[in-house]
Amino acid sequence: MSGTVPFWVEAVVAVLLVMSGVFVLISAVGFLRLRDFFLRMHPPALAYTFGSWCVALAGILYFSMLDSSVHLHPWLVIILLSITVPMTTLLLARAALFRRRVAGAADTPPPLTPPRRVE
Amino acid sequence: MSSLLTVAIFFALGCYALASLLVLVRLIGGPRAQDRVLALDLLYFHGMLIMLTLGIRHGSDTYFEGALFIALVGFVSSSAMAKFLLRGEVIE
Repeated sequence: MSGTVPFWVEAVVAVLLVMSGVFVLISAVGFLRLRDFFLRMHPPALAYTFGSWCVALAGILYFSMLDSSVHLHPWLVIILLSITVPMTTLLLARAALFRRRVAGAADTPPPLTPPRRVE
Repeated sequence: MSSLLTVAIFFALGCYALASLLVLVRLIGGPRAQDRVLALDLLYFHGMLIMLTLGIRHGSDTYFEGALFIALVGFVSSSAMAKFLLRGEVIE
């Protein structure tokens, strides 16, 4: 892979990378400072979406202009994350709710399905 | 590569490193196990972003495959740990 890249492409890639870094840092600060687990699940979504989108778009733009052909493979990262992140988040939320219910916290919502009756 | 892009890449890498340190604090001191699992998932994600940024830095496609691999392994490990927290077993 050789060649040089025009300056405006480097400027756009630089802006995208800086935005991704700032978003990831904000999400990490929020993840550290919020006080409840269900509140703490929200800031990582900022990093998962904006962080990965910015870096992947920067990679697509930079590699396409560097090689003067279309390179779309960083898009795979976005597709993979958009499939896997909701599954992990949902599983973790269910696990946290279940553990909280087992621990007997006062303000836990009841389960949607009624508990199975043992005869 | 111009100095503008180099500065931006190092700024982004510094942001990822600082964010990883903050998440590491939560990983070590998190009150419950689910906090630690989420923190580990975020650390995997930061590693993936660092690989993608280094790929742009060196102009190489090979880093991208490593990033994809880290994302996949992070998903599998996080969902396995969440399943373990939910059921007490990973494979029933």
